[in-house]
Amino acid sequence: MNDLIRSLVEAFGPSGFEDAVRDLIRPLVEPHADEVSVDAMGNLIVRKRAAGENPLKVMIAAHMDEIGVMATHVTAEGFLRFTNIGGVGPHTLLGGRVRFADGTLGVIGADRNDDRSAIHPLSKHFIDVGATSRDDCPVRVGDAAHFERPFVAQGHRLTAKSMDDRIGCVVAIEALRRLPATVPHDLYFVFSVQEEVGTRGAEAAANRILPDVGIALDVTLTGDVPEARSMSVRLGDGPAIKVRDSGMIAHTGLVRLMRQRAEEAGITHQMEVLDGGSTDARPMQVAGPGCAAGCISIPCRYVHTPSETVDARDVEGAVQLLVAVLSNPIEL
Amino acid sequence: MNELLRQLTEATGVSGAEKEVRLLIRDLIADHVDEWSVDTMGNLLATRRGTGESDLRVMVDAHMDEVGLLVVEIEGNGMLKFVTVGGFDDRALLGKVVQVGPQKVTGVIGARAVHLLKSNEYSKVVKRDAMRIDIGAKNKDAAAGKVKVGDYAAFVTPYEESSAPGGRTAIGKAFDNRAGCAALIELLRGERYPFDLVAAFTVQEEVGLRGAEVAAYRVRPDAALVLECTPAFDLPNEKDVSPNVALGQGPSIYVMDARTMQDPRLVAHLTRTADAHAIPYQIRQPGGGGTNTGAIQRAAAGIPVATIAVPGRYAHTPTLMISLDDYDNVVRLADAALRGLTADIVRR
Repeated sequence: MNDLIRSLVEAFGPSGFEDAVRDLIRPLVEPHADEVSVDAMGNLIVRKRAAGENPLKVMIAAHMDEIGVMATHVTAEGFLRFTNIGGVGPHTLLGGRVRFADGTLGVIGADRNDDRSAIHPLSKHFIDVGATSRDDCPVRVGDAAHFERPFVAQGHRLTAKSMDDRIGCVVAIEALRRLPATVPHDLYFVFSVQEEVGTRGAEAAANRILPDVGIALDVTLTGDVPEARSMSVRLGDGPAIKVRDSGMIAHTGLVRLMRQRAEEAGITHQMEVLDGGSTDARPMQVAGPGCAAGCISIPCRYVHTPSETVDARDVEGAVQLLVAVLSNPIEL
Repeated sequence: MNELLRQLTEATGVSGAEKEVRLLIRDLIADHVDEWSVDTMGNLLATRRGTGESDLRVMVDAHMDEVGLLVVEIEGNGMLKFVTVGGFDDRALLGKVVQVGPQKVTGVIGARAVHLLKSNEYSKVVKRDAMRIDIGAKNKDAAAGKVKVGDYAAFVTPYEESSAPGGRTAIGKAFDNRAGCAALIELLRGERYPFDLVAAFTVQEEVGLRGAEVAAYRVRPDAALVLECTPAFDLPNEKDVSPNVALGQGPSIYVMDARTMQDPRLVAHLTRTADAHAIPYQIRQPGGGGTNTGAIQRAAAGIPVATIAVPGRYAHTPTLMISLDDYDNVVRLADAALRGLTADIVRR
């Protein structure tokens, strides 16, 4: 699975600019789908039809986009001021590298800071692409970039820039490969856009599909590092079944069912309550007449930094849990 | 004199009370559209049928509403307590003339005379809670005969044009977004497009993109274009910072704001079109703010949408300034981009 993970996490895909990620995923899922389409916002919608009568419509969402930056101003000396795409912390910037869609690499610098204990706000950082003037700067206002960092596997631990949420995409792709030829539900795997700027893609997709059940696949935070926030999720303890986050309370019947399927299949798992943040399950839950929504989370350290770290065993467990949920009856 | 801009900016239409502007626009477009209707929220939706060459359905949005005030209490002394409708800087309010309610009763947001200020009050900003609209009524009963709680108040700024060496400019109120409305009216008055064009003159943008949300849901176009007025910040500045957009530099094209990533295919279509027609343009500084694009993009199952805006100085104050060259170029760019819009650009 590591080759698949590497190709996806290293691809370019800040929110709104997911084309390269979609182009990678599409050929991987087409052999396992009955229908593949791309909607107006750019969501990749992969349908696998049910075998039986009156099937449930189940939407599974994993977002293709990642956080990034966008140029807002080119100075006379050719430096770029920039703004964030999604949740970018100023403490993750200085000395980092970004890459634009055309391949241009930039180094992030900051205005002079005489107080070494203080962190500049994002607005006091700039990107140096090696230009010397506005005229020879290859980047224009409005160009997007992602953080540049190679994928590394070290034992079970996998570190890369956009595990959030390419690892969810990997879980979805891998589940599609492993699902039996006939399934009891109408499955809509949605590789969604613009999650990091407000779960916008999944909202439009859910309004089209109007699912009965919605399952997001996304990363979640952990409480297992020094001086961590109080949170029971730990890396390596298996996929997390979300009970609640700050944008959604998971359908209790769906939570119970996920737990039951995990226990039946002997999948090590953990329960998740997340204080801050949400996932594509939030817009799915309230789309149209509403649906039973939940989320299978992949525990991840250092979320929204260029070194997001997951455990391969949790990823494998998430695939197994998703396959177990989708290939069996869903009675809520 | 651009009569369209004069008529539209001198009309009043604070968010939630857009009727006067809507009736004006209806009269201005009635002879140029094949059908029009007003929805439950007050959006004016007008269709100009295409030549039949294209089966696309395209919506162009311009919001009719402007920022203003709302009377919440008539006090014993006849003064009117108010709240603001839409985003304001308190400093922009004091000393301004307003018209209150359907009878357009003239009043002023009173400021204490400088003669009566204490020395420590010079450097303080008066908060809007402490301001009142004074319509000259001697007491509550006298005021209640002319205005009601719930009446809207709009600023009064006559439209003027000037021709400085730097270019033609216009000064007036509510260019945000009557400039967009005027541009959309000009599109409706031109040659028919290959496709049916639905003009959506929408309500309540300034309080949260509310009108466009239902308009887009009803129209469900294959693509949409938003015509707006966006703040310019191009006054002299010692630092090398972004002006957001600058007057006279051409139509501003959005890429990202707080509510949307504009559809990259449409953004590319706009810049290509501008280059091909030698129309100047500028990319608005990505980041904050938001337009009706935010509501339209996610309506129904998603709609490809982009924004073209007239740069305007002093947005959300009683007096704005725009470049008439920018305005004309917004009309040219929107028209050319629509004529060149083909299904392969927006369908997948």
